[in-house]
Amino acid sequence: MATITPLLGNDAGAISESKEAALAALESLHSIRSFEEAVDGLFARGMMHGTMHLSIGQEAVATGVCAALKESDFITSTHRGHSHCIAKGADLTRMMAELLAKQTGYCRGRGGSMHIADAKTGNLGANGIVAGGIPIATGAALAQKMKGLDNVVVSFFGDGATNEGAFHEALNLAAVWQLPVIFVCENNKYGMSNSTEFSMNIGHIAERGAAYGIPAVTVDGNDIDAVYLAAKEAVDRARQGGGPTLIEAETYRHKGHSKSDKNLYRTKEEIEDWKLRDPIGKFEHLCMEKNLLTKEEVDQVNAKVRETIREAIRSASEAPDSSPDELISSVFRVA
Amino acid sequence: MSQRVITYAEAVREAIGQAMEADPSVFMLGEDIGIYGGAFGVSGDLIQRFGPERIRDTPISELGIVGAAVGAALVGMKPIVEIQFSDFTAQAMDQIVNQAAKIHFMLGGELSVPMVLRAPTGSGTGAAAQHSQSLESWFAHVPGLKVVMPSSPYEVKGLLLSAIDDPNPVIVLEHKLLYKTSGEVPEEMYRIPIGVSNLVREGKDLVMVATGIMVSRCLEAAQELSAIGIDVSVVDVRSLTPLDMGPIEDQIRKTGRVMLVQEAPKHVGYMAEIAARISEGPAIYSLLEPIKRVCGMDVPIPYAPQLEKAVVPQLPGIISAAQELLRGV
Ligand SMILES: Cc1ncc(C[n+]2csc(CCOP(=O)(O)OP(=O)(O)O)c2C)c(N)n1
Ligand SMILES: [Mg+2]
Repeated sequence: MATITPLLGNDAGAISESKEAALAALESLHSIRSFEEAVDGLFARGMMHGTMHLSIGQEAVATGVCAALKESDFITSTHRGHSHCIAKGADLTRMMAELLAKQTGYCRGRGGSMHIADAKTGNLGANGIVAGGIPIATGAALAQKMKGLDNVVVSFFGDGATNEGAFHEALNLAAVWQLPVIFVCENNKYGMSNSTEFSMNIGHIAERGAAYGIPAVTVDGNDIDAVYLAAKEAVDRARQGGGPTLIEAETYRHKGHSKSDKNLYRTKEEIEDWKLRDPIGKFEHLCMEKNLLTKEEVDQVNAKVRETIREAIRSASEAPDSSPDELISSVFRVA
Repeated sequence: MSQRVITYAEAVREAIGQAMEADPSVFMLGEDIGIYGGAFGVSGDLIQRFGPERIRDTPISELGIVGAAVGAALVGMKPIVEIQFSDFTAQAMDQIVNQAAKIHFMLGGELSVPMVLRAPTGSGTGAAAQHSQSLESWFAHVPGLKVVMPSSPYEVKGLLLSAIDDPNPVIVLEHKLLYKTSGEVPEEMYRIPIGVSNLVREGKDLVMVATGIMVSRCLEAAQELSAIGIDVSVVDVRSLTPLDMGPIEDQIRKTGRVMLVQEAPKHVGYMAEIAARISEGPAIYSLLEPIKRVCGMDVPIPYAPQLEKAVVPQLPGIISAAQELLRGV
């Protein structure tokens, strides 16, 4: 098993105010980055099949949000979901095994990159349907309320997803029922090839919160402290019965939309410009500037994570391929 | 004279381009069909040729897009909607099923919806259960929708042009593994009528009836079977609604054996309808053996490549099913 210890349940103010929190957050950030780079490489070498959507450049959103969650809280995720999965504490070997279509993968090789779920860490599943997870998160939040539990649910989704009816219906339900759900929009400026300027007539997705009468904020999604603090406020409110929040985290994907993307819809300059605002580099710089972490400590985290990912690929590769024997018997759960 | 060879995707693009040149009311709308060129590269350079007004790239809003097409069609436009994967027609089902399909009949016949909805369909790309379905029987089950599954580059150009001409909503399901296949396609605008099944190969031992990508797979099987002395007919049910049973019944009368081949799951699949029609008519008396269905398994499409292949009919399975049918097992 190759796991990292993600930063969950942080209660010590901004992440960059505590050495322990900063180290744990850095471990999550680097794990996501290294995992995605490894996937990109395996794909390029033809060792991985299907398709995949990478979160490189967006790591601070998942990490910052999950830092405000407890283990028993839930998330729903998207086609671009590896980061959410890792930040909530998934086993990297089982993730890698899933992508390599192995029997030991999270979905026994039946789901692949777009469908990883992990009941143990409260991950109710990535989704191949844009906006498909948003109403589901709302329902999971309804269940927490009906059962009298104080868990919250986070729904991650993209900017493009907010143009689907499912987003609007789910926000309205959560608002009128005052549910403990936090809607986290990773606004990476594009839904596939369409920019937010092209696909919506407003400047900020957070403006959509007003239509449903719920609090909504826009934060710098490449600033993990900003993401965490916004999430913490929303999570605390939801736990205390204060209802849903919409958080728009502005970020950017460094890679193309998926494997088959020529980046024709954006300029090289824009991509380079956003790389200068890389969330990981930015956070490392801040921690060193504040004398919270030394360069050696940062390098150590990086080296440890890389070894963990190598180990995940090694053991996943050795696992047996997904088995065709149990297909029919797997369609329904046996009571 | 040998004809020009182009791919299936190029044939779709050519049909749309020619229809747009011929008729200013034809336009296209869908996600990422502009500069990106479409998720499967089908719209390609149409954006350069016709501009963003008529190659209308849209936000991710399937219900809205299809509804807008229905509305535009009601008042004289001829929209061609591209839904990125046929699975996402689920998002738009109200507009397809409750609106487009019913308007002409329900509202008394004065209004109609001359809309084409194209969608890549089927498995084989490792995209798993929400991007690989074969949902043709959903649409075929709704009175008021015409449904076609073009099986080759030649077929898709001719059927798509007929679909664009048609004053009714037509669902065009394009198998995504066919996009890169090539074949002879005339340059002129020709039409293949909707509602006519196509006998693509004539044999004397058995008839395979197939839809979509299974047509070429059955032709390959027929080729291999002929090497061992088995002579197979293949009928392409290119139009699911309306359905033409003629060539199917003719071939049953000639061969006495029928095999129904589809990628979609067997349970309540389209081939169940064909089996029922055979049983209801005189062709049933010509059968020497029970009808044999070769279909997808009744499971969601899995991700793992070997599993994905295992759940839909492949060449060896079609060949052995034909041999079984001839041996009477
Ligand atoms: C209902 C639906 N429509 C279209 C798609 C195809 N698709 C997959 S991801 C995507 C873009 C999503 O954009 P966004 O929500 O901003 O997420 P991002 O990819 O930027 O993370 C599209 C159009 C889909 N999977 N589901
Ligand atoms: Mg986006």
